[in-house]
Amino acid sequence: MGINITLFGQMITFTVFILFTMKFVWPPIKQAMSEREKRIQDGLASAERASHELELAKEQGAAHIREAKNQAAEIIEKANRQGASLVDEAREEARTVAERERVAAEARIEQEVSQARAALRREVSELAILGASRILEREVDPKAHQQMLDQLTEQV
Amino acid sequence: MAAGGSATDYVQHHLVHASVGEGFWTLHLDTLIVSWVLGLIFLGVFYSVARRASVEAPSGIQTAIEACVEFIDNQTRESFHGPREFVAPLALTIFVWVLLWNLMDLLPVDLFPVLGKLVGIEYVRILPSADMNATFGLSLTVLALIIIYSIKGKGWGGFGKELIHHPFGAHPLLWPANLMLNIVEMIAKPVSLGMRLFGNLYAAEMIFILIALLPIWAQWIPGVAWAIFHILVIPLQAFIFMVLTVVYLSLAYEEH
Repeated sequence: MGINITLFGQMITFTVFILFTMKFVWPPIKQAMSEREKRIQDGLASAERASHELELAKEQGAAHIREAKNQAAEIIEKANRQGASLVDEAREEARTVAERERVAAEARIEQEVSQARAALRREVSELAILGASRILEREVDPKAHQQMLDQLTEQV
Repeated sequence: MAAGGSATDYVQHHLVHASVGEGFWTLHLDTLIVSWVLGLIFLGVFYSVARRASVEAPSGIQTAIEACVEFIDNQTRESFHGPREFVAPLALTIFVWVLLWNLMDLLPVDLFPVLGKLVGIEYVRILPSADMNATFGLSLTVLALIIIYSIKGKGWGGFGKELIHHPFGAHPLLWPANLMLNIVEMIAKPVSLGMRLFGNLYAAEMIFILIALLPIWAQWIPGVAWAIFHILVIPLQAFIFMVLTVVYLSLAYEEH
């Protein structure tokens, strides 16, 4: 019992221990703890940011799809319209071409008929002249006449 | 274990330190060695963890030590508002070291005296907190820190002025009374700190010694009860010592 030199031994020991704790024990532990705290905070913040960005990207994607659908519908409609007009045009052209052909053919037929008529007329008149000349040169022989007339009719 | 000799002899035998030297120059070897060993265990464990402190995957012991550090840090932050690079490690040292000292009280009172006798050491007391030299060693160091922090926080002039102007007023006639009161207060702080810890643990040790005087079959009933009660007292006393130290330093550091 009683105070003695042990007291000073304890004071020195205590001081050394405090200084050791202050230099080598407290700072590394504290630093690890605050570092971990900071990392956790950063992680949470970046997770939040990422989910926000995901939301944004989803919205943008939906907008793109909507736009693409609209464009596709527009293109199809335009194509339909164009196709219909092409068909109409083709039909119209076919009709005009057919009309022209028909008119040309009719004209040609008309021409050929009139040519044939003219040729016939010329031949008949020639034959008539020929027949008349023969009648005039020979005696009338009914049989011969008959034969000649038959020939004539055949030729007409 | 009162065999051989009276109860008085038994109790007195348990209250003598293993010491060298005479009078004031006596060294209590048991107190010094036990507190050194405990302090080195504390520093060794904490240092090895601190050196390998991992941010990503703290081991079990690192988590436990971090919980301890966090607890001390919060306590310190609440009471001390200046820079804490020194005060927080000081509080940690006090808390853990005193806690380990006090834990020695739970070891059987006869264990070390018997072991000591086997190797030829007559007296052993392994509870440093029951030695006034140990507790006052802490509290007088704290007193020195109180004075250092008073000067650091208020400057020489501020500290001097506070000594003679508080608590009664700045009138020159009141200076001596103020100074007297402040000196008494200054002395009361380390004395109360040291005496509280010493008194609690000395009394506890004494009770354990008295329990050891009972017949062997009856010892366990009061022994268990007192030990369980003591599990409460041991950390409490360490905590009180730590918190009061921080509060005293905070009072010293800040302007009133």
